[in-house]
Amino acid sequence: MTSYLLICLIGVVFIAFWAGRTKAVKLAGSELAALHSRPDYHGLYTVILTAFPALLLIPVWNFFASRIIEGALKREFADHVNGLGLPQLQAFLRDVNAIVDGGIASNRDEVHVLAAQYLSKLNGTSDWLLTSFVLLLMAAGFFHAYRQISVQNRSRHVVEKTIRWIVLVCSVVAIFTTIGIVLSLIFESVRFFGKVPLLDFLFGLHWSPQSAFEGAGAEALADDNSKIFGAIPLFLGTFLVTIIAMAVAGPIGLMAAIYLSDYASSRFRAIAKPLLEILAGIPTVVYGFFAALTVAPAIRGWGESFGLSVSSESALAAGLVMGIMIIPFVSSLSDDVINAVPQSLRDGSAGLGATKSETIRKVVLPAALPGIVAAMMLAISRAIGETMIVFMAAGTAANLTINPLEAVTTVTVQIVTLLVGDQEFDSAKTLAAFALGLVLFFITLVLNIIALRVVQKYREQYD
Amino acid sequence: MDTGVVSLKENNEMTENGQSSKPLKMRCRDVSVFYAEKQALFDVDLDINQKQVTALIGPSGCGKSTFLRCLNRMNDTIDICRVEGSIHLDDMDVYDPDIDVVELRARVGMVFQKPNPFPKSIFENVAYGPKIHGLVSGKRDLEEVVVTSLKKAGLFEEVKDRLHEPGTGLSGGQQQRLCIARAIAVSPEVILMDEPCSALDPIATARVEELIDELRENYTIVIVTHSMQQAARVSQRTAMFHLGVLVEVDDTDTIFTNPSDEKTQAYITGRYG
Ligand SMILES: Nc1ncnc2c1ncn2[C@@H]1O[C@H](COP(=O)(O)OP(=O)(O)O)[C@@H](O)[C@H]1O
Ligand SMILES: [Mg+2]
Repeated sequence: MTSYLLICLIGVVFIAFWAGRTKAVKLAGSELAALHSRPDYHGLYTVILTAFPALLLIPVWNFFASRIIEGALKREFADHVNGLGLPQLQAFLRDVNAIVDGGIASNRDEVHVLAAQYLSKLNGTSDWLLTSFVLLLMAAGFFHAYRQISVQNRSRHVVEKTIRWIVLVCSVVAIFTTIGIVLSLIFESVRFFGKVPLLDFLFGLHWSPQSAFEGAGAEALADDNSKIFGAIPLFLGTFLVTIIAMAVAGPIGLMAAIYLSDYASSRFRAIAKPLLEILAGIPTVVYGFFAALTVAPAIRGWGESFGLSVSSESALAAGLVMGIMIIPFVSSLSDDVINAVPQSLRDGSAGLGATKSETIRKVVLPAALPGIVAAMMLAISRAIGETMIVFMAAGTAANLTINPLEAVTTVTVQIVTLLVGDQEFDSAKTLAAFALGLVLFFITLVLNIIALRVVQKYREQYD
Repeated sequence: MDTGVVSLKENNEMTENGQSSKPLKMRCRDVSVFYAEKQALFDVDLDINQKQVTALIGPSGCGKSTFLRCLNRMNDTIDICRVEGSIHLDDMDVYDPDIDVVELRARVGMVFQKPNPFPKSIFENVAYGPKIHGLVSGKRDLEEVVVTSLKKAGLFEEVKDRLHEPGTGLSGGQQQRLCIARAIAVSPEVILMDEPCSALDPIATARVEELIDELRENYTIVIVTHSMQQAARVSQRTAMFHLGVLVEVDDTDTIFTNPSDEKTQAYITGRYG
């Protein structure tokens, strides 16, 4: 129902725009300049007054209506509902809704069917009411706006103000979503730290959440829980894989950027740069099976030919492939900042007798450093957050090691393994995922802050 | 070496015939420059005298900068640019494929139109050249070179308390003098300047002109300028370019009082350009 309303609304928007604009043009006659606002603004003004009240009404109505209807339903079927506990009540409501929507209901007995009929009647009434209100609001808004339009009407101001509000609301939404996510991370983490002490989590050396004991007697075994949620192996694994990845992507990406910006002919550059950027568009899962099926066995083969024992899943394989994956991040961004270094600086250096590589090392790179640091930080964030490649190529065994030839696991991989499968939402295992997420968020935040500070410091110095 | 001696003799002879008695520093013969297919300079023959200021004038796009960039092979940095003819610095053939551009540019320094200090400290800006050419043996040595160069560029008094602050923080005029100091620091023999004052205000311009006049004592200077007054004030010889052709070259006094070419006359009296 609401969707029809929205479609109808879109149609009305066009009509309102056209009507408002036409009236303004007609009023102005031959002297368009006499209008306080351009005709388009009058059109938009009509649109705003017509559509906005209605648009606001729909979500507000749906929010309250669903609650009122649920209340009515519970009152109507009080006999049945009163005896139920919370989970059963939720199941009841779910089933009734499913019957109404034609979904799969686990229970279709008489009460449910009756309740469903009642519910669909209420829903119908609500929709009908909403539709009439919306149409009424639109009509009222439209006629009010249409009457208001005159040569002097300050439509432009209204439009500008509305736009201001819209962009404000959008930015607020973005900010509050972020805050909301962080808060939920924090709250769930606090719950986790109620079960496992913070220090045991941060500094514990042993990670094996699959042996977490839940259910009756969990209290008595809380001690054991605190011994199996030691996150150090995960962070060490993340660190190891990230270092390997950056050791690959940092130099290669940077040098590729230097080649592209200072050595390559413009024709080569025009082809190579988009190609490199395509590399960034390959889904990570593709890199993942490439790592697991090609690189890891190859490394194992080489290792064995040198008499080294290499596990079939290794930090090295994951790190190498991840490094390849983030090369474009480093190279593309670095290339942009290196290109932004003015040619006059290169000329100045060449004019003093510096060779090309001296110029690049001593003038271009220092001048581009803030941007390069930012590019590296972005790449590191990417590497830390990357899950799929590690999941496929480095394994899930939380070994405490810095040997790149052994299997390791990372924070993100463990978050995935903690959350897949059937879990009680408030079990220590699930909550541990939030705690890991929080720490990961914190690390990335610190990295970004450092990057920003570096960039700022150089800006001040060189601008 | 032999050819060098011969050519120098030849030059002296020629300059005796001409108006100037100064010895020759650079000798350009039949210099033509092409940007891809487009020819920008046509058979330019020009001599540049030692310890004198030679001004290159002419309307925009006539090839002054192009010619200037030939003198230290800065044109090499432009892929599509091709230079024909011969240019000698003393007895060194500038376009000999065997010569080292690095050495050439150490001998022929350059100051650009827009001040382009490196995003480094004032000290590091001046120290840049000496460092890459290995001209100094220690920290003390380097400091001395930097201070002397800044003094020669008339900038030292203004910046002595902030040598380690960024060169980009200076005013436009100071930046340009910093660039001159930077060029001087490698002890060049010739300094090329491409409209060095065009981005500066009149006071800063006067300061740089004064400086150019002082530098003439020790350096051979070639300056491109848009301003007739500037050419008249700072130069001893003036070369007039038009559409890629060297129209006339003579003592500055002669050019400005009694030019032999009517294009030159039209240009210096401001009828075009
Ligand atoms: N990098 C370049 N690529 C192509 N053409 C150029 C380049 N630099 C200069 N030219 C051309 O060469 C001619 C001379 O330019 P230039 O030497 O800069 O003149 P001026 O310095 O006297 O104003 C102009 O026609 C210009 O378009
Ligand atoms: Mg020019």
